[in-house]
Amino acid sequence: MRVGILGVGLLAAGLEGWPAGRDVLAGARPFDPSMVPDPAASLLPANERRRSSDCVRWAVQVAQEAIAQSGLDPHEVATVFASSGGEMDVLDKLCRALAAAERVVSPTLFHQSVHNTAAGYWGIATRCQQSSTALSCYDDSGAAGLLEAVTYAVIEQRPVLFVAYDLPAPAPLHGARPIASAFAAALVLAPSMEQTLAIADVTVKPAAGREVSRALGQEFERLRLDNPAARVLPVLQALATRRRATIDLNLLDDQRLTVEVEPCGR
Amino acid sequence: MASRPMTPLTLSAYTLVTANGRGIGAVSQALRERRSGLTPCDFEDALLKTYIGRVVGLEDFSLGEQLAPFDCRNNRLAWLGLQQDGFMVAVAEAIQRYGADRIAVVMGTSTSGILETEHAYRNRDPLTGALPPRYTSHYRYTHNMYSLGHFVRAYLGLKGPAMVISTACSSSAKVFATAARFLQTGLCDAAIVGGVDSLCHTTLHGFSALQLLSASPCRPCDEDRDGLSLGEAAGYALLESSERVGRKGAVALLGYGESTDGYHMSHPHPEGAGAIRAIRQSLDRAGLQPSDIDYINLHGTATRANDAVEDKAVYSIFGEGPACSSTKGWTGHALGAAGITEALIAALCLKQGLIPGTIHCERVDPALRSRILRENENRPIRRVVSNIFGFGGNNCSLVLGVL
Repeated sequence: MRVGILGVGLLAAGLEGWPAGRDVLAGARPFDPSMVPDPAASLLPANERRRSSDCVRWAVQVAQEAIAQSGLDPHEVATVFASSGGEMDVLDKLCRALAAAERVVSPTLFHQSVHNTAAGYWGIATRCQQSSTALSCYDDSGAAGLLEAVTYAVIEQRPVLFVAYDLPAPAPLHGARPIASAFAAALVLAPSMEQTLAIADVTVKPAAGREVSRALGQEFERLRLDNPAARVLPVLQALATRRRATIDLNLLDDQRLTVEVEPCGR
Repeated sequence: MASRPMTPLTLSAYTLVTANGRGIGAVSQALRERRSGLTPCDFEDALLKTYIGRVVGLEDFSLGEQLAPFDCRNNRLAWLGLQQDGFMVAVAEAIQRYGADRIAVVMGTSTSGILETEHAYRNRDPLTGALPPRYTSHYRYTHNMYSLGHFVRAYLGLKGPAMVISTACSSSAKVFATAARFLQTGLCDAAIVGGVDSLCHTTLHGFSALQLLSASPCRPCDEDRDGLSLGEAAGYALLESSERVGRKGAVALLGYGESTDGYHMSHPHPEGAGAIRAIRQSLDRAGLQPSDIDYINLHGTATRANDAVEDKAVYSIFGEGPACSSTKGWTGHALGAAGITEALIAALCLKQGLIPGTIHCERVDPALRSRILRENENRPIRRVVSNIFGFGGNNCSLVLGVL
C-alpha cells in the first residue's frame, strides 16, 4: 500500500516540534532530554484547553503541527489516534474516586476517560466531521495505528491524520504500566503522491526470523523502548535524514509492518 | 463527498450473549416474547437506583489455569460469547480454509477490564499505596484496551493483524469498517469482528454523575423517557467477501458510514449533522436509496437529547419511511459492545422476518417524527440500518441485508 506523507508532528523531551526535532534526530543538533515540553495545543478553544488532560494537549499539539505542514484543511482530514492506554491520568483519578467511601465521580472526568478523548477534542477544535478512530494494540499501538491509517487512505481515497501518543501513568498505576517518558508523533498521509515530503510503501509480512528496526543512536533507541508510541521513531529518523530506508515495526510478535520510506523533492 | 460502493461481506457465522441469555436463540426468543433482560441494579456493591442488563453467571466461574492472566469480568464475557452458536467451529473451518495468519481480529470495547483496576485501587497497600502485585503483573491482559483483542486472538489461535478500537459507544460498529478495509486491501481473507463490554463502577457511577441513568427500565422514544439502562454484552461475527463465498440467503454487511460531530464530548450535534453524515455514507457504500431500507435499529438510548436528535437525523433522510425501533429496552446500553449487539440483532431480524417494536415505550413522544414502532411485526425484511452514536461525537451506521 502506497501513501504520500504530507506533514509531520513530533513532541518528546528534547524533541520539541518537527523542525527542531528533525535536526536533533539527524544529528545536526544535540539531544537534550532534560527539556520537557509543555504543549500549548493552541488549536484547542480556551475552555477546552483549560479542562483538557496532558494526553489531549500532547496529541493535539503534534496533530496541529502535522496538519499545518500538510497545508490541508483539517475539516477534510479523517483521523486515527493510537495509544496503548489512553488517558491513564484520568483513569487514576476515577479509580481513586471509586475507591473512596462516597464514590463521587466528576462528570467532566468521566467523559474525559474514554480512549477517544484526544480524538474528540481534536474534532471539537477543528469542527471536523470526518471519520475518527481511536485504537490500541498494547506495545504495538503505533504500528497498528499506522496500518489502520494507511488502509483508510488507500481504500477511502482520502487524506488521514495519524497520531500516536502515550504518556507516563501516575503512581500507583505506573507500577502496572511503566512508561518512562512521554512521546507523541503525527503524520498526515494521503492517497495522492503529489506535493509530498516522502512516499511510504507499507506491507505486512510474517515475522519469521526477522528483527525489528532500531532507532539510530543509543539515546533514541532507549526512547523507542521507553514508550509504545515511540516505536515509530525509526520512521521519523528516516524522514529527518531524508534517506531511503526500509523499517520493520513489530506487530504482535508474529508479524512485521514494513515501511519503505522514500524522500521526495518537497 | 459520496462514498464508493463496497463489496458486501457475508456474516458466515455470528453469535451474541446479552442480558437476554446466551446465544442468538436466547436473544431471538426474548425479542419475540417481549421479555426484557433488565433487572434492578444488583452489580457488586453499587448502590444505585437504576436497572441493568447483567449477564448472569459471570461471577461464578474463572477462565482456568491456562488463561489465568486474562481472567477478568470482560474476558469471561468474551470467553462465554465464543462458546455459543458453533462459533468456534466456524473459526476452525476458516483457519483450515485460509490459514491462521490470513484471519484478522478487530474488536471493540469502551472500558475493557477496568473493573480489575477499580478492585486493585480498593486494595492498595495501606503503607505504600501500591497496587496488588497480582494486578500489576496482569494489567496487560485485563485492563489495557488491547486485552480483549489479545485474548480473542490467542484463544482462537489466530495470527493475522489485530487491534482494539475504542471510540466509546461506536467501537464495535466501527470494527466492521476497519475489517472491510483490511479485506479489501488483501491484508486478510477473513476477519473476526466483535465487541465486549462489561459492567463496572466507572460507567455506572459515571453515567449516574451525568444524571443519565433511568430509575426504571429504559424507555426509548417514550414521551416520559428519563435516561438509559446500562448493559453488558459479547458478540462476534466472521466476515468474508461475499464475492468469494456468496451464500445466497445469508446476511451480509452492505455498507458502513463513519463520522464525527466535531461539536461536544458528551452532547450530540443539535441538528444531528454527524449522524446524518454517517447514515448517508452507509447508504452510499451499499449503493442503496433511503426507500430501500425496511427497518432502522435506532441507537435509541432513551436519554431525552439522544432520541430527539437521532429522530431529527433519521427523519431528515427517511421521512416517515421505514419502521424504527430501539432494542435497548431488552439489552440495556452495552456501550462499546452496542455496535455488535445491534448489528447482530439486525441480522437475526433479517433471517427471521422480525421487526421488534420498542419495548417499554408506552406512548411515543409526539415530538418525534420518524415512524417509531411499539409492537413487534412479523414480516420478511431485506435491508436494515443500524445506528450507533457515542461520546466524542463519534458515529457509525451499518447497512445489513440478505444476499
